[in-house]
Amino acid sequence: MRLTEHPILNFQEKRGKKVTIYFEGQPIEAYEGETIATALHAAGIRVLGYTPNKHRPRGLFCAIGKCASCLMTVNGIPNVRTCITLVEDGMRVERQKGKPKLPKDAKPPKWKDAKKVSGDIVIIGGGPAGLMAAINAADAGAKVILLDENPMLGGQLVKQTHKFFGKREQFAGVRGVKIAEILEEEIRERENIEIFLETSAIMLLQDGDEKLVVGVRKNKELIEFRGKAVIVATGAMEKMIPFEGNDLPGVYGAGAIQTLMNTYGVKPGDRVLIVGAGNVGLILAYQLIQAGVEVKAIVEAMPKIGGYFVHAAKVRRLGVPILTRHTILRAEGKEKVERAVVAQIDEKWRPIPGTEKVFDVDVIALAVGLRPSIELLHQVGCQIKYVPELGGHVVIRDSRMETTIKGIFVAGDSAGIEEATTAMLEGKIAGIAAALEIGIASPEWLREIEKAQKELDEFRAGPFGRKVLEGIKKVVIE
Amino acid sequence: MSEIPHYLREGFITVEELKQIIKLPSEERLRKRPVAIPECPQEIPCTPCKEICPTNAVLMENPNAIPIVDYEKCIGCSLCVQICPGLAFFMVHYVGDKARVTMPHELLPVPKVGEEVILLNRVGEEVGRGKVITVVPREKSKGDTPIITVEMPIELAWEVRAVKVVRE
Repeated sequence: MRLTEHPILNFQEKRGKKVTIYFEGQPIEAYEGETIATALHAAGIRVLGYTPNKHRPRGLFCAIGKCASCLMTVNGIPNVRTCITLVEDGMRVERQKGKPKLPKDAKPPKWKDAKKVSGDIVIIGGGPAGLMAAINAADAGAKVILLDENPMLGGQLVKQTHKFFGKREQFAGVRGVKIAEILEEEIRERENIEIFLETSAIMLLQDGDEKLVVGVRKNKELIEFRGKAVIVATGAMEKMIPFEGNDLPGVYGAGAIQTLMNTYGVKPGDRVLIVGAGNVGLILAYQLIQAGVEVKAIVEAMPKIGGYFVHAAKVRRLGVPILTRHTILRAEGKEKVERAVVAQIDEKWRPIPGTEKVFDVDVIALAVGLRPSIELLHQVGCQIKYVPELGGHVVIRDSRMETTIKGIFVAGDSAGIEEATTAMLEGKIAGIAAALEIGIASPEWLREIEKAQKELDEFRAGPFGRKVLEGIKKVVIE
Repeated sequence: MSEIPHYLREGFITVEELKQIIKLPSEERLRKRPVAIPECPQEIPCTPCKEICPTNAVLMENPNAIPIVDYEKCIGCSLCVQICPGLAFFMVHYVGDKARVTMPHELLPVPKVGEEVILLNRVGEEVGRGKVITVVPREKSKGDTPIITVEMPIELAWEVRAVKVVRE
């Protein structure tokens, strides 16, 4: 169901022209500017495909192009990520069963035909870190190429309806969606930034003194991006936890629900159980209520709420229970989620028999943490370390965000899971540092780096920053 | 696990807990004019309330410190209620045998002045009915958050922190 009224967002204004797509031959109403998966969801279609071997149903999980559960055949082309591919009038969309084949008349792009685009700095990822990197690198004098695989800039900011914390000069008190607009405007008014949307970076290589990023635009066009430096700001991916039925359609990463609901104005379902009482789970609960969706409960395995207390208080006073020391045992349902069974756990995290509670829900939201997206950095050979405080495997870097490979920088969640505020500061540092390294920025820019480093220290100084600081000690080298 | 404060186990704070963290204003002060009450007991990096206060009544030693309001300096302007990203600031004012509580309201519908609403306590239980006295709509709010002031029985002043708007 599409939302018409919302206390924060205006979807009537945002929605594009009405078009028709065909799902397994059936016409489906869609709007230009929305993704295929969104249109299908709005039409009540939750099962997007079946696994090749056991034919288990698959539904949307991450909604930002990072997992494989939304792959469908579109206009005969298999394995299209329908969560980041926009609808087009007359599009034919089919579920996949078994191993999909490329149609005989399809011509994959040839390497020798690839379009070539050159700049000083190539930035992969147009979220808060990538955008700030681009703005600052451009202002320092660099020609910047910015690519993102999503159809819009802003990364996860575009679905953050809540107001940010921090200092007011760092956008505190401003909603994430608004910050995305402000940063995009800044980007668009700079002539030395070239933007490539719906463009996936699939390879990062060193080519002599140059860095080479291989991109694919709109699932078909091959592009070769060259620069003297690369900044990887590819964000993060939702974590999964093991429980029976966790692959049923209707089990989503928290971010996917935000994307459906806040970016495209589509209700994820009617009754939701949230797993995880960190900031993401708590904020999600509040946003669901704002969209008119019932939140049955938030379950949290830890004995206390992990996110900010103020976020918890917001949902508690609207009647949402938060069950600490509880876990999800299983998701039940035939083709999609119909129920969730949770239980209390003891001090050794074992479910206590007899404490099971059943919630009739059609959506289970997993807000159990994120892990950095480091695939490209891994592939190009950057040194990697497992640092649980930062969400998993991260790359070794210095205080200016440069990795162990000269000219390759990292920023934001792909450098370690934190917040949009710290991502923006890291992006600023990486952007300037890259411009300095390739000899474009003048030395005065060093002061801006120092200022951003000071602000990072300040933001991380409280009890919530302690864990991150422990992690940073393990990955930052000088 | 006794060191985990109740409010972090349950997600809401009791008035008794709040009193121990921030001293509450005197009855005399509550009768004089509206006064800002921060329900923000945790050290988080956040300063908009302090930055927006026109009389420097919000005290914070560093960006991670918890906000403490100097009730004598507070003029009851409600800017902190409007700007707070955590929706954790409220204003309380005693008028005769009633209390007026100012709170953020980011839900639809936004009630109208004069409308009767259901009062919710910190765990979302319905505890009575109150009347909306003023509404600062989103467009006029400094922090893009509509705020409402609701008149209620004085004994509910420290319980009610949200409302439910029910329209037939």
